[in-house]
Amino acid sequence: MSTTAPPTGKARSRSASGRAGDRGMNRIFRLVSTWSGALILATLAAVAIFLVLEAWPAISLGGEELGEQISWFPEDTSIITFVGPLIFGTLLAAFLALILATPLAVGVALFISHYAPRRLAQALGYLVDLLAAIPSVVYGLWGILAFAPIVYPVWNGIAETLGWFPLFEGPAADPPRVMATVAVVLAVMILPIITAVCREVFLQTPKLHEEAALALGATRWELVKTAVLPFARSGIISGAMLGLGRALGETMAVLMILSPGFLYSFAIFQAGQQQTIAANIAAQQPEAPPLGVSALIATGLALFVITMAVNMAARAVVARRKDFSGAN
Amino acid sequence: MKLSRFSRAGAATLAAGALAVTLTACGSDDPVGEAQAADGDSATTEMSDLSGQLNGAGASSQEAAMNAWRAGFQGENPDVTVNYDPIGSGGGRTNFIEGGTAFAGSDAALDDEELVDAQARCLDGEVIELPMYISPIAVIFNVEGVDQLKLDPATIAGIFNDEITSWDDPAIVDQNPDVELPSEAITPVHRSDESGTTENFTEYLEAAGGDAWPHEASGDWPTEGGQSAQGTSGVVQTVQGGSGTIGYADASQAGSLGTAEVKVGEEYVPYSPEAAAKIVDASEQIEGRGPYDHALELARDTTESGAYPIVLVSYHLACATYEDQETADLVKAFLGYVASEEGQEISSSAAGSAPISDSLRADATEAIDAISAQG
Repeated sequence: MSTTAPPTGKARSRSASGRAGDRGMNRIFRLVSTWSGALILATLAAVAIFLVLEAWPAISLGGEELGEQISWFPEDTSIITFVGPLIFGTLLAAFLALILATPLAVGVALFISHYAPRRLAQALGYLVDLLAAIPSVVYGLWGILAFAPIVYPVWNGIAETLGWFPLFEGPAADPPRVMATVAVVLAVMILPIITAVCREVFLQTPKLHEEAALALGATRWELVKTAVLPFARSGIISGAMLGLGRALGETMAVLMILSPGFLYSFAIFQAGQQQTIAANIAAQQPEAPPLGVSALIATGLALFVITMAVNMAARAVVARRKDFSGAN
Repeated sequence: MKLSRFSRAGAATLAAGALAVTLTACGSDDPVGEAQAADGDSATTEMSDLSGQLNGAGASSQEAAMNAWRAGFQGENPDVTVNYDPIGSGGGRTNFIEGGTAFAGSDAALDDEELVDAQARCLDGEVIELPMYISPIAVIFNVEGVDQLKLDPATIAGIFNDEITSWDDPAIVDQNPDVELPSEAITPVHRSDESGTTENFTEYLEAAGGDAWPHEASGDWPTEGGQSAQGTSGVVQTVQGGSGTIGYADASQAGSLGTAEVKVGEEYVPYSPEAAAKIVDASEQIEGRGPYDHALELARDTTESGAYPIVLVSYHLACATYEDQETADLVKAFLGYVASEEGQEISSSAAGSAPISDSLRADATEAIDAISAQG
């Protein structure tokens, strides 16, 4: 949503200044880009309208009616108590993934931009981008067939030693079709996008700032700390938010790895505790009755709103930080 | 600044890509339109030779068998195209009732309300329901050093209801005196999606498990928490991937996993196609339905010797009367092929289903012969 706002502003100023020479290719290009911009807005509006219209039957009906007509709808509840645990699970998965991926991504990006020899940096950059090209179903397969069998002893060890902490409550499930496994796989999936954004921002650090820091006798670490990171803060945040957006909507990997449950539970090593909205839609939609599809779309509407809120929040943070980042 | 320009362009490309995907998705499926087009074309061709397009949809449990049937049938009738969309039993019944498809596959028989609608769809004629796909559900387990396991219904219910939690529980040990059972925790694995397999398995537990199974039968697993996985292959993988796991899945997908022998009457019956077909013959038909409606009340708690009670029975739904000759001929020929010995043989080798018995075949043939066009 918010990503579309700047281009329209720009298009307006460009067309105003270039009105006199608005002929031939100029005119065609202006029309094409204006319509492309409008199309995105229209698509978004169409999606929003579709979600509201399709979800309406489930939202307007009482929980009792829904429970009667949909076999998997919990009885004696409303649509809100149905969506609640799903929102919780979605946010838990996404934030865990973000907590794991962001520091790693910043580290990788710093290595590429400021530590690695140029050739190695280039190769590494390609490799990280390549991670983004792997389809999520492949990540899911990898997670469940290759990663899960190896990771059980680790989860079990953490659950046994740190089990007093609610997040790590044991006993760890075997096979580890649990939130912790999902979070790690999601973290790998969002790593490339965060890394790519961070790397670009780190490379934008004004050479003068860096040289000034070095001239003052800063070490490499002090250079990064005083010149690069403050400059890049908004970029890191927007990269993380892009990653969060992907993690929120990830379906296939979660569907394949997680043993779902509908509880407000922080136990990430136990099976059957949480479920995400996207995976739940994919799991239930094929056999759902019409009203069930409507209830699922209502959860999709919730996901839509969450994702939009996350994006807007990120934009707001980036916009607020821009003035202080030293870019100007 | 460079960065922000880049990311905007990226966002625009993404959105355009997503839009393109949405548009293609919308345009792809229109079974009704295609069916009508096919009908229109073929009106000019000869009636004797079968040709045209037959559309069906429904239970995904039948998918493997249906692929085999389609291939076999199209091999015999090269001008015919049979389509089957495995959208699920509920969707299959709805599509059929709304007239979108000529036949449907469904893991459950039509309920009374649907039956009324289906009769209207069949031009107020008879509705045909034939249980021609019988698939045994195996109780699969993965316990180190254990190849054989005998379980009675109450024990199975106790295990899946998390009441029996260790493999050396007396309830299991007593039934398996010759087996060395470890003192390992039991991890039951169930389906995470709504499925006919779950519905049939819980129906069995409800009917035969007695007090050990306090839940109602349903396509969704009734208890909270625990291990679960998407689809049959997911359950099999999860049982395989863990230790001390037990689950339920289509017998044909059990692979190298151990399968439990289930107590029926006084004996333990391992699953086999013949044993599964036997339970269908031992079951009564639901009363008060049309002459061609072979909806069954499966006798899950049977004591019939040698019958394996955990089966998934999937129906083929069709009409006795269709609007046009073309569709009637196609449905008649196709279902006739499915019911034939050859057809049942093919699905048995492709999907591991149990071939129907001769008495059921006689009933089915009678119903299929009655299919005709509106006079």
